[in-house]
Amino acid sequence: MDWEIVIGIETHAQLKTNSKIFSGASTSFGKEPNANACLVSLAYPGVLPVLNEEAVNCAIKFGLAVDAKITEHSIFARKNYFYPDLPKGYQISQLDLPVVGEGNLIIPVGDENKSIRILRAHLEEDAGKSVHGINEGKSGIDLNRAGTPLLEIVTEPDMSSAEEAVAYAKKLHELVQWIGICDGNMQEGNFRCDVNVSVKKKGDKELGTRREIKNLNSFKFIKQAVDYEVNWQIEKLEDGGKIKQATILFDPDSGETREMRSKEEANDYRYFPDPDLLPLVISQEKINNIKSKMYELPNEMKSRLVKEFDLTNYDADGITSNIDVANYFKELLSFKVNAKLASNWILTNLFSRLNESDIDIKSSPLKANKLAELILRIEDKTISNNAAKKVFDEIWDQDKRVDEVIDQLGLKQISNENEVIDILNQVLQDNEAMVEEYKSGKDKAFNALIGQVMKASKGKANPGQVSQLLKEKLKN
Amino acid sequence: MLNLSLKELSEGLKEKKFSSVELTKFFLNRVDLHNSSINAFITTDKDKSLAMAKRSDEIIKEGNQNYLTGIPIAQKDIFCAEGWKTSCGSKMLDNFIAPYDSTVISKFNAVGAVNLGKTNMDEFAMGSSNETSFYGNVKNPWDIKTVPGGSSGGSAAAVAGMLAPAATATDTGGSIRQPASLCGLTGLKPTYGLVSRYGMIAFASSLDQAGPMCHSAEDCAAMMNVMSGHDPKDSTSIQREKENYLTDINNPIKGLKIGVPKEFFSEGLDPQVEKIIEQGISEYKKLGAEIVEISLPNNHLSIPVYYVIAPAEASSNLSRYDGVRYGYRTKEYDDLMDMYCKTREEGFGDEVKRRIMIGTYVLSAGYYDAYYLKAQKIRRLISEDFKKAFEKCDVILGPSAPSVAFPIGDKKEDPLKMYMQDVYTISTNLAGLPGLSMPGGLMNNLPVGIQLIGNYFTESKLLNIAHIFQTNTNWHNLTPEEFK
Repeated sequence: MDWEIVIGIETHAQLKTNSKIFSGASTSFGKEPNANACLVSLAYPGVLPVLNEEAVNCAIKFGLAVDAKITEHSIFARKNYFYPDLPKGYQISQLDLPVVGEGNLIIPVGDENKSIRILRAHLEEDAGKSVHGINEGKSGIDLNRAGTPLLEIVTEPDMSSAEEAVAYAKKLHELVQWIGICDGNMQEGNFRCDVNVSVKKKGDKELGTRREIKNLNSFKFIKQAVDYEVNWQIEKLEDGGKIKQATILFDPDSGETREMRSKEEANDYRYFPDPDLLPLVISQEKINNIKSKMYELPNEMKSRLVKEFDLTNYDADGITSNIDVANYFKELLSFKVNAKLASNWILTNLFSRLNESDIDIKSSPLKANKLAELILRIEDKTISNNAAKKVFDEIWDQDKRVDEVIDQLGLKQISNENEVIDILNQVLQDNEAMVEEYKSGKDKAFNALIGQVMKASKGKANPGQVSQLLKEKLKN
Repeated sequence: MLNLSLKELSEGLKEKKFSSVELTKFFLNRVDLHNSSINAFITTDKDKSLAMAKRSDEIIKEGNQNYLTGIPIAQKDIFCAEGWKTSCGSKMLDNFIAPYDSTVISKFNAVGAVNLGKTNMDEFAMGSSNETSFYGNVKNPWDIKTVPGGSSGGSAAAVAGMLAPAATATDTGGSIRQPASLCGLTGLKPTYGLVSRYGMIAFASSLDQAGPMCHSAEDCAAMMNVMSGHDPKDSTSIQREKENYLTDINNPIKGLKIGVPKEFFSEGLDPQVEKIIEQGISEYKKLGAEIVEISLPNNHLSIPVYYVIAPAEASSNLSRYDGVRYGYRTKEYDDLMDMYCKTREEGFGDEVKRRIMIGTYVLSAGYYDAYYLKAQKIRRLISEDFKKAFEKCDVILGPSAPSVAFPIGDKKEDPLKMYMQDVYTISTNLAGLPGLSMPGGLMNNLPVGIQLIGNYFTESKLLNIAHIFQTNTNWHNLTPEEFK
């Protein structure tokens, strides 16, 4: 039987603010337990929440980036449940009237693009965490994370494969970093996805019962978890079973999903508007102000690169794949280097070197100004592209001047025409057989002759120039 | 020092007739002498109070005296005060020493007022008779067999018994005005948001408001000058220029239009209380006011609406008392759920549990629309009633409570009867309006309160109208016999 897979994703992106969403406590990661827990984080009697404006700005930026409606009057609600790491006994979140309304995100699917509808994105506070195993038989509570601002981004069930789910998660991950609202550090849990999966018979209008895989914090796990879950559901249905709505966990060690608790027994959260917070009012003026200060979005930048610099779609995609690459590229351009050359050097030589060293572009030892120097030497024909690769290796992680390296390695191209002609004449004299071959119509011989000249010049001749001069010579 | 107004105390300090230390000792002695008979205070700390008084004397010596500098003030135990036990009348917080000052407390500290101690109250401010406190019921100084009203009964009894010259209180459904009425005091519940709620232990956030409880309107004005003002730590605190509530206190009230809602004079109102309210109305007529009949047609819905909204908010606000971080935790338990259940079972009293149950119910899936949402809609209708009324009059006058102080235990077993105590006060909390209660006479030697309700931010006017009444009458100067 043919099955269709239906996937919707809820992502929790931790917002990059200095202080918590409803208090002045720090959000820094890795502090000793409860170092960042102020009276508000601890829910002391009488304390009140005060909304952090910066968290709202982040939400607005996101709304603008996915072309969504920003809600003029949004409401904070209390989601009530008991848990030791939830100090107030409720989480402040948004239910009706979230700050970001409907929008969409374009993701690549094969060679095509697909638009994934964003249903909403709302602000909420994170909970703390329970720490087990420090004292035997007892659990500790660390409230450092309690109150950190989250943006929960919810899609419509628009994805239909594990690959699409991963493509969406990656695109969203790039975007939130691009607009500077989230560090995207998945290991620290500041970008995590709950993936809703259901399957239905091909052509069926009605959606199947979904199971929600909680807290996936790597793209690999999303892929594995969805693949496993889809197979599990299809097998179950084909065996005549039924899917029960449930919250499930993915175990990366076994590669399997397992049930956490069934929704039937789930809490009744008793949402109601938080009386301690007034409705959040966002003016068009504020939105415009944020918009005017926003960095060009990846899609906008991509089409500009294609149009302005004649980059291929593929290259433009590479350059706009993340904000750090884009920034590196922009910095290169600020030295007036050729954009195509710049893009080539980033996407090939720099990337492969970064991959080998397993570091990201932000921590590249070769800074953009240095690479720009090198590219400029190619442009002014001081060195050949091949010679430049040798220089690249020398300057990669060492504090050497590009010009010094060129001198040291003797890589300067011979640009004096007479010098080149001298070498060329010698080569023609030594390779009469090849000349004859060429003249009898074997074009291959031409390239072999160029190779000989380059060899004779120890690579210092400019291949373009050699080719041109050779062509002239052989005409006679 | 016993019968002096705050103004007179302030002048006495200035003229060095007595020091703050002497004044504080005087009232601490009054507490020693009388607290056992009325149970008005939960906590006193002589050393702390006297240290504050000493500091106040320094401030006065330096010539930086404010109206309330050096004056001992009784603080309702709902306000967190750094280093003071702050129990909110509950076993749940019996061991809780507040690590910070509420905004109200820090404002009093900033002007050099002296914290005289923390006053008794209904548990988490839930009650109309001060019989739900973990620390035992407070007794009304006018007749110690009767209740002082709730939930600020401790503050009311402390001031009525002359154990403190003034006190802070809070009002969620009438908890300032009803005890003021029953104890013969002047109490003001300000416009919602005028006094910061930061550090005031929450009962029902959208209704709670702090205010003063004193002998006179003039004293209340002086207290309001300290307590009011925008607070960035409270998002619902109103941003507006701070007023001086004493400036207009003597303004003539000739031509004032007083609205009398006919719904406030229907069944349930004690006929003798009604008579005293009528006398108050006559007094105002004599002073040149015009009386107009008005209608608050939805007032009868205010109690049911209140008992949906207040418990809903309370059920959520009180979730934090789970035994995990502070406060009471049960001694023995099997697992987490058992710890939660036993802690809350043992830590909360019956009235608090009753309201948590109601609140949990009205917010639960399937009932939210029928109860909570509907209540919010009616709440708006109640506000509309007031809006229309204030098109016809400057101020609304009526009784503060349906009866005088009733015997302790009388209504304890019948929550619905108890809830009716607040029938005249709750609607202003639902609308967020200011309301004031002042003594208007005695019935069987027990005080009767007249309530004045004003439009938003008309505290100045309310205090002025009450003050003019008090300059022409003497009810606010009466002291119960045994406390003279």
